[in-house]
Amino acid sequence: MSTIQTTQGTAMPNGPGAAAILAAGIGCAAVGILAFAGDASETIGKALNFYNPVGTLSGVTTLAIIIWLAAWLVLGGMWRERTVDLGKINVVAFVLLVVGLLLTFPPFMDLLQGK
Amino acid sequence: MEITTHDFWTVLHGMGFGALFMLAFSGALAELFRLSAPGVPASISDREQSIVNFYLIAMVVLAWLTVFSGAYVIYPWYRAVPPAGVTDLADYPRRLLLSSGRTSEWHNVGMEWKEHVAWLAPIAITMVAYVTMKYGRAILQHRNLRVAVLSFAVAAFFATGVAGAFGAFLNKYAPVRGGASIVIMQGEKK
Repeated sequence: MSTIQTTQGTAMPNGPGAAAILAAGIGCAAVGILAFAGDASETIGKALNFYNPVGTLSGVTTLAIIIWLAAWLVLGGMWRERTVDLGKINVVAFVLLVVGLLLTFPPFMDLLQGK
Repeated sequence: MEITTHDFWTVLHGMGFGALFMLAFSGALAELFRLSAPGVPASISDREQSIVNFYLIAMVVLAWLTVFSGAYVIYPWYRAVPPAGVTDLADYPRRLLLSSGRTSEWHNVGMEWKEHVAWLAPIAITMVAYVTMKYGRAILQHRNLRVAVLSFAVAAFFATGVAGAFGAFLNKYAPVRGGASIVIMQGEKK
């Protein structure tokens, strides 16, 4: 169990940092997954049209921001005083980040949909 | 010398917010890499930490201003639907691009990628700023935090680069035009 020492010598748990990192990964993946869902399904695309001038993008980004902040709030609350295995959390966060990057790339979206 | 309101907002979004955010990465990545490099000094001064904090907060603000101005101010003009019977699509950039097979992929790939991937940048850079500020000098003692911060900063840089590059190309092939004219300077007719 590693801990971080502040310059004052008091232990600082890595939980708050881990929560922010994993939540960022979740937020990035949410952008990709919602963008893909809106593109693949007309019904979902229409449901994500929160603001007509912006279209589906309004729902994709609004929900992604809510998911990201909610994940950060929940994880931050759970890990506020804890030291967690940040190596594993980093791996999960990077995978989620790559999911977000890939699912926002239109040729990859088309490939998954068999277009 | 005059500019339309749509042009003004496009320039503000692309050059005022986006390009400034992109430029800021050079300093941020250099500093974050310096903190992550082997043999990094045992501590950084309060002044250095304050400068890093201010710099990252400015980046976070610029990142969010860029995506919100792009999505909620300019994008509705880009995707405006022309009234029935309109044949000149110059004021309808999305329809203009889709009207020809030679330009349609600028929308189908360029804009579709840009409009989504851009949002990864503010999410990532907000986390980078939070962790860097939360841990301050203590981040020097935790390699995994530094690795995550640097990796997400690079991802944010990539997302911003994609969005910025396609934004520049889209503005060349189908610029967002229109709106009221703002006279900046009156010249002499020769």
